[in-house]
Amino acid sequence: MPKKLPKTDVVIVGMGAAGGVAALPLSNAGIKVTGIEAGGWLSPRDFAPDELRNGVRNWPQSVQKAAGEAPTVRATSNDVAVQGGHPMMNAVGGTTMHYWAQSWRLNPWDFRVVSGTRERYGSHRVPADSTVEDWPFGYEELEPYYDKVEYAVGISGQAGNVQGAINPAGNIFEGERLRDYPMRPLRSSPFTDLMSEAAHRLNWNPFQGPAAITSELYDGRPPCQYHGFCNKGGCHVRSKSSTAFTTIPKAIDSGNLDVVTFARVVNIVTDNDGKVTGVDYIKGNETFFQPADVVLVASYAYENVRLLQLSKSRAFPNGLSNNAGQVGKHYLSHHQGSPVLALYPKDLHNWYGLPAQGVAIDNWADDNFDHGDLDFIGGANLWVHTDRKPMSAAKMSTFGESRNWGSEWKAFIMENADRGNTSYIQKTTLPYEGNYLDLDPLVKDPLGFPVTRITARYRENEKRIAAFASDKMEQWYLEAGATKVIKTGPGNAMGATTHAYGGTRMGNNSETNVVNQWGFSHEAPNLGILGASVMGTSGARNPTLTVQALAWRSAEYLANNWRSMVG
Amino acid sequence: MAKNSGKKDTQPDDPPHNLSRRNLLKGAGIVGAAAVGSTAASQVIAQDSPQTYQASSPAALEALEALTAEEAETLEAICDCLIPSDENGPGAKEARAVHYIDRSLASNNRDSRHNYMVSLAAINDYAQKTRGAPFYQLIRDHQNSILSGVQMSKVPGCAPSGSGFFNMLRNHTIDGTFSDPYYGGNQNFVGWDMIRYPGIRLTASETEVAQGAELEPNHQSAYDNETYTKMARNIRMSNRGGSGNA
Repeated sequence: MPKKLPKTDVVIVGMGAAGGVAALPLSNAGIKVTGIEAGGWLSPRDFAPDELRNGVRNWPQSVQKAAGEAPTVRATSNDVAVQGGHPMMNAVGGTTMHYWAQSWRLNPWDFRVVSGTRERYGSHRVPADSTVEDWPFGYEELEPYYDKVEYAVGISGQAGNVQGAINPAGNIFEGERLRDYPMRPLRSSPFTDLMSEAAHRLNWNPFQGPAAITSELYDGRPPCQYHGFCNKGGCHVRSKSSTAFTTIPKAIDSGNLDVVTFARVVNIVTDNDGKVTGVDYIKGNETFFQPADVVLVASYAYENVRLLQLSKSRAFPNGLSNNAGQVGKHYLSHHQGSPVLALYPKDLHNWYGLPAQGVAIDNWADDNFDHGDLDFIGGANLWVHTDRKPMSAAKMSTFGESRNWGSEWKAFIMENADRGNTSYIQKTTLPYEGNYLDLDPLVKDPLGFPVTRITARYRENEKRIAAFASDKMEQWYLEAGATKVIKTGPGNAMGATTHAYGGTRMGNNSETNVVNQWGFSHEAPNLGILGASVMGTSGARNPTLTVQALAWRSAEYLANNWRSMVG
Repeated sequence: MAKNSGKKDTQPDDPPHNLSRRNLLKGAGIVGAAAVGSTAASQVIAQDSPQTYQASSPAALEALEALTAEEAETLEAICDCLIPSDENGPGAKEARAVHYIDRSLASNNRDSRHNYMVSLAAINDYAQKTRGAPFYQLIRDHQNSILSGVQMSKVPGCAPSGSGFFNMLRNHTIDGTFSDPYYGGNQNFVGWDMIRYPGIRLTASETEVAQGAELEPNHQSAYDNETYTKMARNIRMSNRGGSGNA
């Protein structure tokens, strides 16, 4: 029997990007929160600028709960699923410790893909096998929460639309904002300047992208030092606005957040009426039952879905909140592959800089351009950034100019190590029939529980965007003086990724969605779900800020309606 | 032509007394540091096989942790083909990529140990059959042609395949030449100098970025910053770039 602990008001499963944000409005409202985290605390001292340890040996993700439960992947239900790696990490702060920290708001079109497409082009333009729905609300509803998170966490960026005033230095396609970002954007670099100038010549609208990284002193944290080991590494001066250095310490200071580390939630417990009563977790070799009035699951898309699917009970024989059979459905992993590579005839000065220090083009994203003569909907955000490290530079493509070893190759990398660039292109990705998450029938995690099985593949819409965006990227590179460009193809199976969406989709229709418009289960009302698993569309940009805005909104709703929801 | 070609302080035949003790420790990593005192023993080894290592070679100062002597010799020859010491300056040999690989096969990369054992033996067998001598005794042209055969999976017996082994070995050789010297390769920063990487800095100013490859290499390991070592127990983080990297 699990050891029963004293009851708490709210359990949050996972103290990462989403749970770490939700804890703050709850604890500020005087609600007692227990945050259960599979990892531990890390400090700036842990984040050495060490490309081998971080980038090649995957130090941040190794020896972790997530590493032992990597999903298996297959393209269709006729294939055998194979286990790969897992990009996420367990720690207080979660993957906000080692992510690139790009912090975008979705564009307004992303909330209304179906109606927006119908109005402009006709319903027939939505792919027939897609299960996409409009969000239950528009961008305007989420705007105040984007704003709260941008200021609470600390985002730097250049606004493009403050209360309708368009500023061409920012993203002219973004939704209307209440106010500017709290910090100016990260500085540009010789390379991003080169790319911005080229984009202007093409009559595109380049801008410095938003980042959860301080560009100036903010809330007691120093500005970014631009040394450039963000990717799979945390920040040595806490400039990266991880929840571990922002909202979580503040919630703890309120006296209402208790963080339990190295604890693995294995079951969400429900009573016979279908009400959630708490969670079972394993810490060390003991199992505990933590009773709570409300459980918020915030453990990343794959684990959110898996935990529900594993939590079977009399009220929910097919897994928690799954009586409508929607848990695991509408899954998508963001199409962020198919990069375009470029070689320049001169050094780019990219040895110091970071992935979030980049310049974006949104002209070919979402519905920011006319799709009348095209054969897809949505689009891509084009991103180039300043970040080069010696080992990955030495492993660069030789662009057909040399074989990849020997004296000839050595001469090539001596000349070109700082002359190559790889773009990052994020594409609208839709949910489809036949793309889903379930429990793998064969592969188990170290505790003996089945891991998640991904069955998903990109369809024509994503591949057409990839081809279209690759051409645009090639055009941009060539305009900026690149002498060689390689396009890498359309992409195929949707492997485990840092941008996983769906599985517990949000929507008013309980037949096709797991949570309501506030993020709480249609079937178990005191179960809330936080994370991109509630998102039904991807947009063409990183999900974290949207995840955090949604988490804040769900938490605030819970705090404001505590009496009626908990009763 | 790259600016660092022919850099005087990284010539292949520099005896170790030209290296500072600090750099020697850095190149060797912690294990190597412990082995510095064992010069007498390594002199004996060196005398036993004078055709393999010069007594003055830093490699002779240390034990092999994972590889056998013949595997190490074969690997030295392969790595020298992959990233040669040539008229453009030092390569994998001076970086001590094999030292790095040996250490890694006893630790992080131990799962690859079997493939090295099988494949290096297969390559030597093939060299013996086709050229009448083990790989490391062949002339460079013959070595290169056998290595091309491995890359194209035409040399039998490699694991997991010829191209699979080649790609892994190429990656490891690059890792050993260009990773932080803490791990036992990139000795004297020859890898970073080769590609004109000016070194790890905890702070990079706009001026420094603008200088690009003109920036003076600082020849710093990440772990020259005590912030990241166990020595840092009592160090408080300052608000500007850890313990500094001056």
